[in-house]
Amino acid sequence: MSKLIYLDNAATTRVKEEVLTEILPYFSENYGNPSAIYSFAQEARKGVDQGRKRAADLIGAKPEEIFFTAGGSESDNWAIKSIAETHAGKGKHIITSAIEHHAVIHTCEYLEKQGYEVTYLGVDEDGKISLEELEKAIRDDTILISIMTANNEIGTIEPVAEIGRIAHEHKVLFHTDAVQAYGHIPINVDEMNIDLLSASGHKLGGPKGIGLLYIRKGVRIGSFIHGGAQERNRRAGTHNTAGIVGIGVAAKLAGENMEKIINKEQSLRDHLIERVLDEIPYSRLNGHRTDRLPGNASFCFRFVEGESLLILLDQQGICASSGSACTSGSLDPSHVLLAIGLPHEIAHGSVRLSLSEETTLEDIDFVVDNLKKIVERLRGMSPLYEDFVKNSR
Amino acid sequence: MYSEKVMDHFNNPRNVGEIENPSGVGTVGNAKCGDIMRMYFDIDDNGIIQDVKFKTFGCGAAIATSSMATELVKGKTVNEALEVTNKAVMEALDGLPPVKVHCSLLAEEAIHAALWDYAQKNGITIEGLKEPVNDIEERLDEEE
Repeated sequence: MSKLIYLDNAATTRVKEEVLTEILPYFSENYGNPSAIYSFAQEARKGVDQGRKRAADLIGAKPEEIFFTAGGSESDNWAIKSIAETHAGKGKHIITSAIEHHAVIHTCEYLEKQGYEVTYLGVDEDGKISLEELEKAIRDDTILISIMTANNEIGTIEPVAEIGRIAHEHKVLFHTDAVQAYGHIPINVDEMNIDLLSASGHKLGGPKGIGLLYIRKGVRIGSFIHGGAQERNRRAGTHNTAGIVGIGVAAKLAGENMEKIINKEQSLRDHLIERVLDEIPYSRLNGHRTDRLPGNASFCFRFVEGESLLILLDQQGICASSGSACTSGSLDPSHVLLAIGLPHEIAHGSVRLSLSEETTLEDIDFVVDNLKKIVERLRGMSPLYEDFVKNSR
Repeated sequence: MYSEKVMDHFNNPRNVGEIENPSGVGTVGNAKCGDIMRMYFDIDDNGIIQDVKFKTFGCGAAIATSSMATELVKGKTVNEALEVTNKAVMEALDGLPPVKVHCSLLAEEAIHAALWDYAQKNGITIEGLKEPVNDIEERLDEEE
């Protein structure tokens, strides 16, 4: 194996050089507790303040609307559980979608056990929710709509601005899990009527272990982590100074370069999609063809299984992921692939390739060349393919 | 996560293919759970398995267990082949991760399915051979 081709940037990203350079002093030089009063800690305080401002600027928010957490899952849990608790007086109904990340779905399932009612909106074959169905699902006791900005597996971008408009017309709070979208596509919390938004640092070149919850000023929400007075009494725990500085730098870089990176990733992504669909028979693209994350390409290859594909790609130095059962630790393939209507045996043959700004055309061509060989090889030993060939003779 | 032997059998699977006019052929598993194994046996008049081929749709462990199972039954008598259990397949592969144990059960079941087909075609009874279950999940549930 000569070169590593990392195409799993939806799972996590490499920390950017600029990010690393800026966060390092916060470990052993500016290590003071940002909440401390003495001047030595003021550098750390400044780092936190600047990180908050940068993180807010990226989505058109005010710094005081940004609350740092340990990651996207905590942000999702906080938003949904605490809104549910704080607004239980108005009602106990929540609307979400069938293709949310498990951090949202499992949180909603937890609330169902606590006596809440949850509507899971289905999606069309591209993975989009229906605005009509959304509007119909809203009831007098609906307290929260939680729909992701963009899907982590198939990359489909949901009509967030329209969802926000509908939510506000009906005076229902709108939360969006933007973990995959934050820093990758333009988001404006005011224009899109977003009340709460979850994001994570390590999906855009920041460090792991840092996330944020945007909470619109005036939204009533209780604390999730109780303790000290950090984050304006809303999220206790000593600040993760380096993490906050890191997500801030990553957000700043993402904001400055977004258009350029989108154009670059999109053109490589489209080249990848076109080559795969042209050159590998019985393959399909999962997710919307154009309304999709610039770096996401998700495919299903009929008659083969995802984990086998991943192992063979790995042997060529290619990192990818799959929604097959074998990679999820259960016997069912991804709930997202099933929700877009794929039968189990096709969903088992899924591969997600997620690009970064560092991906090159050579990488993509190398991957497609190998993918072709690997799919052909696995089909050669697949009884499903054998039956298919015999039946189509 | 896989042993070297599993990786070896996954990368260089033994006995992949089909046998025309096989003495017995069996397919087990289902696409819903993501694993399907098909085994072809060529059995001579003395009841010795002269040749084995397989095709598998499934994960790395599914392909490796099929490959190992064909190695273990090749050259054996029908009765000896019946004694190749999922544990024997697992041991020969230096073990499997716990979530992949069902793959070895599927391999054992595939052997039984091919033998069952052979018995049916020849109107014979193989002592100790039960009609194979197509859905391995049922058997897993029973054993849990």
